[in-house]
Amino acid sequence: MTKTPTVAVVGAGPAGLRAAETLVQAGLRPVLIDEAPRVGGQIYRQPPPALQRPAEALYGFDAGRATALFERFAALQPRLDHRPDTLVWQIENRTLHLLQAGRPGTLAFDGLILATGATDRVLPFPGWTLPGVFTLGGAQVALKAQAALVGPRVVFAGTGPLLYLVAWQYAQAGGAVQAVLDCAPPGSRRRALPGLLARPAMAAKGAYLLARLALAGVPVHLGVRLLQAEGEARVQGLRWQAGGRVRHTACDAIAFGHGLRSETQLADLAGCAFDYDPTDQAWLPRRDAAGRSSVPGVVLAGDGAAILGAHAAELSGAQAARALLADLGTASALGWPEGGAAGPGPAGASASERGSLPGAAPGPAPALAPHHRFRQGLERLSPLPAAWAAEAPDGLIVCRCEEITAGELRACVRSTGTRELNRLKALTRIGMGRCQGRLCAPAAARLLADAAGCPLAEVGRLRSQPPVKPVPVTALAAALASTPPVPCGERDD
Amino acid sequence: MNAPLLQRLGTGARQALAFELDGRPCSGFEGDTVLTAVLAQAPALRHTEASGAPRAGLCNMGACQDCWMDCADGRRLRACTTPLQAGLRLLTRPAP
Repeated sequence: MTKTPTVAVVGAGPAGLRAAETLVQAGLRPVLIDEAPRVGGQIYRQPPPALQRPAEALYGFDAGRATALFERFAALQPRLDHRPDTLVWQIENRTLHLLQAGRPGTLAFDGLILATGATDRVLPFPGWTLPGVFTLGGAQVALKAQAALVGPRVVFAGTGPLLYLVAWQYAQAGGAVQAVLDCAPPGSRRRALPGLLARPAMAAKGAYLLARLALAGVPVHLGVRLLQAEGEARVQGLRWQAGGRVRHTACDAIAFGHGLRSETQLADLAGCAFDYDPTDQAWLPRRDAAGRSSVPGVVLAGDGAAILGAHAAELSGAQAARALLADLGTASALGWPEGGAAGPGPAGASASERGSLPGAAPGPAPALAPHHRFRQGLERLSPLPAAWAAEAPDGLIVCRCEEITAGELRACVRSTGTRELNRLKALTRIGMGRCQGRLCAPAAARLLADAAGCPLAEVGRLRSQPPVKPVPVTALAAALASTPPVPCGERDD
Repeated sequence: MNAPLLQRLGTGARQALAFELDGRPCSGFEGDTVLTAVLAQAPALRHTEASGAPRAGLCNMGACQDCWMDCADGRRLRACTTPLQAGLRLLTRPAP
């Protein structure tokens, strides 16, 4: 080794923090890049210092884990290069393009750990663009990071564990929780139980939340279809249906979501191959059991690689960092237990070739196995509404950025016969707005598959485009000035 | 109809910060994001370019990009990830 490799970790949630810790323990000085001003990710998000409260008030059951992570980070901080308030908006030629507190910059890397996390997965319903409709995660951020409640009267709707967790956090904080409307069909709890028992403590936590909501007198309904957020210029109520009966609940805010969606745009820009994942019903970056992507020197960890939750993220973050150290040849030099006998992976090696390296046993890593089984249980507990696409009315706005409706997408499929999501994007502008399809892609793909009469896996996925989030043109100009043009033979478009 | 969308649990000993919303003098607190400061006293952040419909953000974590606001000085900012600063002159509609 003539030079210590530069390793960048993108994301400072539980996966990124554990990855950074593992790199520091191996003697490296990683660059830890995160959009937030303070570490923790979304799950352990820390409020601004002026709003700091005790860990128990912020993180509930997970206060111990959050506190432990922050303490470990405080010990690490002098030994790494932490860059808060920093967006990675493009990756090319093994270089990250950054926007750090408004200033453009670049970082060339030898190794890259993507721990980009997840956001709410949303299947829209009529009226969801009205002020007062938030995601479940958004309602939680208001409480956790800003000590404020959306509402005052709020309905929680959708599917997934966050539905009950945030409803309970609101009830506990004094929020006027009008109802929890679960879109999962009745009987799903019974079907889910065997999988959920793979993590008994988590299953018990779910049962506890249900019991506390019942004690607090919050009505919980299963098998709900969301019909319409009502109101002129803001939410005034929600019309919904269950068991063949249409009902109306007056409220000032609605928090909704349907599980989580991996944030994969940077993996795409890094050139990672993707596969359709039937559990997440989404295209995810291909990875081996240790988290190696199809691109040498790029590894993936946490919910950004596949939705397994915060505890699994800590495991996969450390594991991905060990795999990267082995591949960079750093492990042997620094006496890492894996030995690093394989040395640096040959440039351009296929995933299967690198799959024979140490730490790349096929199938989920043993420590992560209960998390995979639990995830399967969660899918049975809170399946996505199967008939969502067929039932979505033509007037439903699918794309918030550009106000494109379900009817426009269907008409395009009918008139052009397209069965491919990027083609639909070119024809209708779906996924072309400010959010780059981050919000609308799951819904648009389902509408396309339904209209074209083909399986969801066959409509493909939106190709990611830089910048992954809006940046000032000065950042683009600086990047153009600093980057040599890509030779024609290496372009993939 | 003009009641705010966010209710604070309390402001403790936080320092008040003065700003403007559509020319109206307003007050938020140290530690607020722009989104919090605006929605604690108004029911919308912006109006869409296409239909003019009011919006108040959605994800509150920098993902959906549905809370970009204009400032009277021409700057644009993402309300949910921008800390409130004293003196901001925010607009819920683009400057004419």
